[in-house]
Amino acid sequence: MGQAAFEPVLTAGIGRLELENIEVYESRGGYQALRKALRSMTPAEVQKEVTDSGLRGRGGAGFPTGRKWGFLPNDGRPRYLVCNADESEPGTFKDRLLIERNPHLVVEGVLLAAYAIGAARAFIYLRGEFRQGYEILSRALEQARRRGYVGERILGSDFSVEVVIHRGAGAYICGEETGLLNSLEGRRGEPRLKPPFPASVGLYGMPTVVNNVETLACVPFIVARGARWFASIGPEKSPGPKIFSVSGRVRRPGNYELPLGIPLRELLWEHAGGPLPGRRFKAVQPGGGSSPLLVPEQLDVPMDFDSVARVGSMLGSGGVIVLDDRDCVVEAARILTEFYAHESCGQCTPCREGLHWLARILARLESGGGRPEDLEVLRSTPPFIAGRTICPLADAGVGFLRSSLQHFPEEYQAHVQHGRCTREAKTA
Amino acid sequence: MAAAWQKEEPEVQEILQRYPQRRSAIMPLLHLAQERRGGYLAPEDLEAVGEVLGLTVAEVESVASFYALYHRKPVGRYVLTVCANLSCHLSGARELVRHLQQRLGVEPGQTTRDGLFTLEVTPECLAACDQAPAVQVNGYYLHRVTPRRADELVEALRQGRSPQELAQRSQLPPPVGEVHADGAGGL
Repeated sequence: MGQAAFEPVLTAGIGRLELENIEVYESRGGYQALRKALRSMTPAEVQKEVTDSGLRGRGGAGFPTGRKWGFLPNDGRPRYLVCNADESEPGTFKDRLLIERNPHLVVEGVLLAAYAIGAARAFIYLRGEFRQGYEILSRALEQARRRGYVGERILGSDFSVEVVIHRGAGAYICGEETGLLNSLEGRRGEPRLKPPFPASVGLYGMPTVVNNVETLACVPFIVARGARWFASIGPEKSPGPKIFSVSGRVRRPGNYELPLGIPLRELLWEHAGGPLPGRRFKAVQPGGGSSPLLVPEQLDVPMDFDSVARVGSMLGSGGVIVLDDRDCVVEAARILTEFYAHESCGQCTPCREGLHWLARILARLESGGGRPEDLEVLRSTPPFIAGRTICPLADAGVGFLRSSLQHFPEEYQAHVQHGRCTREAKTA
Repeated sequence: MAAAWQKEEPEVQEILQRYPQRRSAIMPLLHLAQERRGGYLAPEDLEAVGEVLGLTVAEVESVASFYALYHRKPVGRYVLTVCANLSCHLSGARELVRHLQQRLGVEPGQTTRDGLFTLEVTPECLAACDQAPAVQVNGYYLHRVTPRRADELVEALRQGRSPQELAQRSQLPPPVGEVHADGAGGL
């Protein structure tokens, strides 16, 4: 499995080196993968290498990247590459790290993917809140342009591509790829019905690939070191390095780059330092605010796409949020449900109305006005919301609620019976 | 009032060049107008975007109103945005908001009388969960903002220090046993 010898690559040097300086990045082998591809590999060969590596999308869905690229029809229409840098999943801060601290890796990944799929133009859809990231990434792109890595006839080859950074403006839903494409077209960021998928009808109606920042950041290493190297890291069906963002009630919150498949327990104890002094873990969201919670008995789950799905949650973005014995799950459910209600684009009634009402009921429970029938409504409503909308935001919006009702029904009961949280040390 | 930019300007022309279809320029043109006007969009700015792109004001409005970062009313010189999502909440975001409300004498969404500070509380996660509670000042990050650090921040801004120079970048956790370089040491 090669796990004993695992060395971080995506985050290597961050904090010690000024990787945003192109000379520093180049001195560590930066842009050599681009050179190698343009000099000695056809686009199809780059694509094959990525397919063979087993790389799966790091934005949340875990779809095989090479296969996604392979869906583009060969019909002569212009193609677009879009890098999804709209990182907004609660508990996730890995793409921001790469953008701010290793921006050239992102740029090189974008260029390689654009070459592989033959993109006429590449867009980086950057979260509007990432103002510092925009400044840093813009400077990196300008440096890369001056070096001849971006623009016309890159490094003297026949390959030309322009890269444009497009800033969002505050809308979680634009992280959903079709909402993102509408936003990039200058419209409200409302998701589109699929099919058709972006591979055939994407940006401006053209064949389009949308890949997450971390996904594209893996590509230079796959090209430089080979598919076999990448595939040797972690589980066979979920290979490669992954940045896990850990936050909440741990001693050492932060981004940890580790092989996919590392047990959640190991991530939380050996890397994130375990629970705070005198506390016990109570519930963990393994894949961002959208993921159903896991309880302490489930912490041995390997952190890869398939294993986490098997225990009823999802790896998602790899944003791990930890609650401990002082935390109130009703309060956490209220915060997350309010967030998703706020971010609903409003197209689909179950999401727009349903999440809103669930959030109101949770707020009522929390403030002492809960009624016995509220619990029945909280249990019976989510099936009429999840899976009945254009995009997965609605499913995300009830993920924590459903799982917390399943694992901690007594806590909801207590709020109804006593009009408050009966846990002694609720967050103030 | 005139629009915040003119369509002949090189910066506007450059934005229009970026996209195969002009309509895509809506967001960057709105960002540019908001930046120039000091943090909000006036009706003239929406009209100007519509004129350049061949859209009605209603069409531009429908886009502008979808995105939380476009302000339609004047804001203070410094917009303090406190993240209220789960990880920041666990680390004291609510206490921080209460403290800033008292300190500034405004409710979330309001601006101080001197026009210096607007207090915002966002339900959106600001992607700084390891540095909670997180605050942005005009889009620049401040990490681990305790009430004491919030006071220092407000004071520093009052004294004319810029959000850029106070800003912190994301980082990796230090090796076990070491302390964060720019962690709790104040401004």
